[in-house]
Amino acid sequence: MIRTIKAASATALAIAFLSSAATAQTIKIGVNEPLTGAFAASGTYVVNGAKIAADEINAKGGLLGKKIELVIEDNKSNPTEAAAVAEKLITRDKTPVMLGAWGSSLTLAVMPKLVEYETAMVVETSSASKITTSGNPYVFRISPPSFVEAAAFKNIVDKLALKKVDFLVINNDWGRGTAEDFSKMMKEKGITIGLVETMDQSAQDMSAQLAKIKATDSETVIITAAVDQLTLIFKQAAALGLKKRIITTGGSQNPDQIIAQAGAAANDTMHLTTFLPWMPEKTPNPEATTYFIGEWKKRGFDFAGCTESFRGYDGIRTIAAAIEKAGKAEPAAIKDALWKIDVKGLNGDIVFKKSGPAGSESGQSFPNVYLIEITSGKIVMKDL
Amino acid sequence: MDQLLQHLVNMLVLGGTYALLGIGLTLIFGIMNVVNFTHGILYTFGAYMMFIVVHQLGLNFFFALPVAIVAGWLLGALIEITLLRPLRGADIDTTMLVMIGAWIAMQSGALWIWGGVAKSIDNPFPDAPLVIGPVSVSWLRLFVLFAAALLIVLAYSLINLTKLGKAMRATFQDSDTAALMGVNVSLIYTSTFAIGSSLAAAAGALLGPVYVVFPQMGDLAAVKAFAIVILGGLGNITGAVIGSFILALAEELGAGYVSSGYRDAMGFLIIIMVLIFKPTGLFARAERVG
Repeated sequence: MIRTIKAASATALAIAFLSSAATAQTIKIGVNEPLTGAFAASGTYVVNGAKIAADEINAKGGLLGKKIELVIEDNKSNPTEAAAVAEKLITRDKTPVMLGAWGSSLTLAVMPKLVEYETAMVVETSSASKITTSGNPYVFRISPPSFVEAAAFKNIVDKLALKKVDFLVINNDWGRGTAEDFSKMMKEKGITIGLVETMDQSAQDMSAQLAKIKATDSETVIITAAVDQLTLIFKQAAALGLKKRIITTGGSQNPDQIIAQAGAAANDTMHLTTFLPWMPEKTPNPEATTYFIGEWKKRGFDFAGCTESFRGYDGIRTIAAAIEKAGKAEPAAIKDALWKIDVKGLNGDIVFKKSGPAGSESGQSFPNVYLIEITSGKIVMKDL
Repeated sequence: MDQLLQHLVNMLVLGGTYALLGIGLTLIFGIMNVVNFTHGILYTFGAYMMFIVVHQLGLNFFFALPVAIVAGWLLGALIEITLLRPLRGADIDTTMLVMIGAWIAMQSGALWIWGGVAKSIDNPFPDAPLVIGPVSVSWLRLFVLFAAALLIVLAYSLINLTKLGKAMRATFQDSDTAALMGVNVSLIYTSTFAIGSSLAAAAGALLGPVYVVFPQMGDLAAVKAFAIVILGGLGNITGAVIGSFILALAEELGAGYVSSGYRDAMGFLIIIMVLIFKPTGLFARAERVG
């Protein structure tokens, strides 16, 4: 009996050794995204963008003489799952660096795990400001936090002649954080803040909130939510006869999907976005943008997904640049190298600046923010 | 005042569809005593059927509705025959686990077939809403309200006025006696589950065009259906209808005048209050104890 156990454990050890030897032929990158649940559509877009980057890098010979391998896990749009996925990627798959986790609440749930296992994560979508201000030195964010969006928006509030503003935001770190940062900026500008209404991330009927907003004397509503909820809000606002100016934030609007699904209800809405796939010539890196959009179309993905998927593409390219710079696929070396990279991203140069309390700063890159408007079913860029 | 009127109109529309969900579940959960976790997925299924018929087959919107309802009926019958029939007489926990499994499998199936991107269903109604004074409501929602009302009346008549309804009530009161009286008990089980399922599919088919269609859309709907059934009393159809409007009212007024962040928590709050103060439901008849 004992001999059998010994033999079995020896075999198990041998298999474990062999399989780890086999996987050492590739450099693993963990990808922690919502592939099911409320944010399934967005998370899938990001993963598809990440795959384009990985294929592009591998086609050019990979990194440090090895192919890169994305280890993709579903965090189910659920913060608890997101933390578990991070733990699995780091301890079981031994990924030395990760990309994730789409939503702010998901990313915030992962962050303690990064400190625990001393592994860096490139944050591609989340926009709650506190992600890079809470003193987590393993976070490197390429998406704009809401205070950066608010700062970009500051320049145009005069042009839009905003006087009184209501908010309708998703009831999580992303939405509440946005309401806070935008309110602060607007108060400094002398704009009155009216209602701040929230909605659950899975809510489908926002008529009650919209009826309440309809009854106020504000002229503008700032809305923060992902694309599916925005579509519903526009339809329901139109049905209620809400005639206020609507501006959305957060960069997860997929304007093409909104136009396709909300139809006329989407007209005259404005959106703060972080990528311009409709006019590659106006992006900071037209050549790369054109390549990416071409590849995206070639793979038969929905064009509407570009505004999400480019972040997965940029995220993997950021990680790849850091691995190249580090010269080895080890967590500590990659983390240090992330501070030194300068990647031509599709939405501006990706260079990490220090953010948060001294001694344990997070990395924050500052991408461009654009304001677009949907006019008669077409996307028009507004000058900031 | 204007705002209150708008909230009340919203409540009517919302309550009508909640009622379809609630009646369907009260038949299955309240009368058959099956904790039906597939109720939400039947709602999702109804919505996807609308999407398929209207967009993929290119057929008429009004034709798609009965198709979705019949498809829901068939899927319900299939679930009953394949999963529940072999478990008849098993304890409630076993059945519940099987239903949870079926729910997860079907939801993942929907994600696999249709993907996670939400689909929108076109409808033949004008975009501009109907405006009466301070109140504004979309034509589609008005249609949904009337269709729901019609279906509620039909379901009520079926259960209370027909022979099938009488056989159903007899079977779940005492299936042995019903069998002795010549009722085909197996058929009654299947029909009851199928009718409950078709009502859930009808709710999904009606609300799919109002909202957007995606694999997880039924989760919240199912939670609300359970809240309604508990509120109205297990197996009580009238209770389920009234419970639906109470829930819709609580959500609308809760979001309008208390806090919109807690809108969807109102259902749970109601469940807790009912369970504390009137555990048999607000509209349960007095039962003989012992």
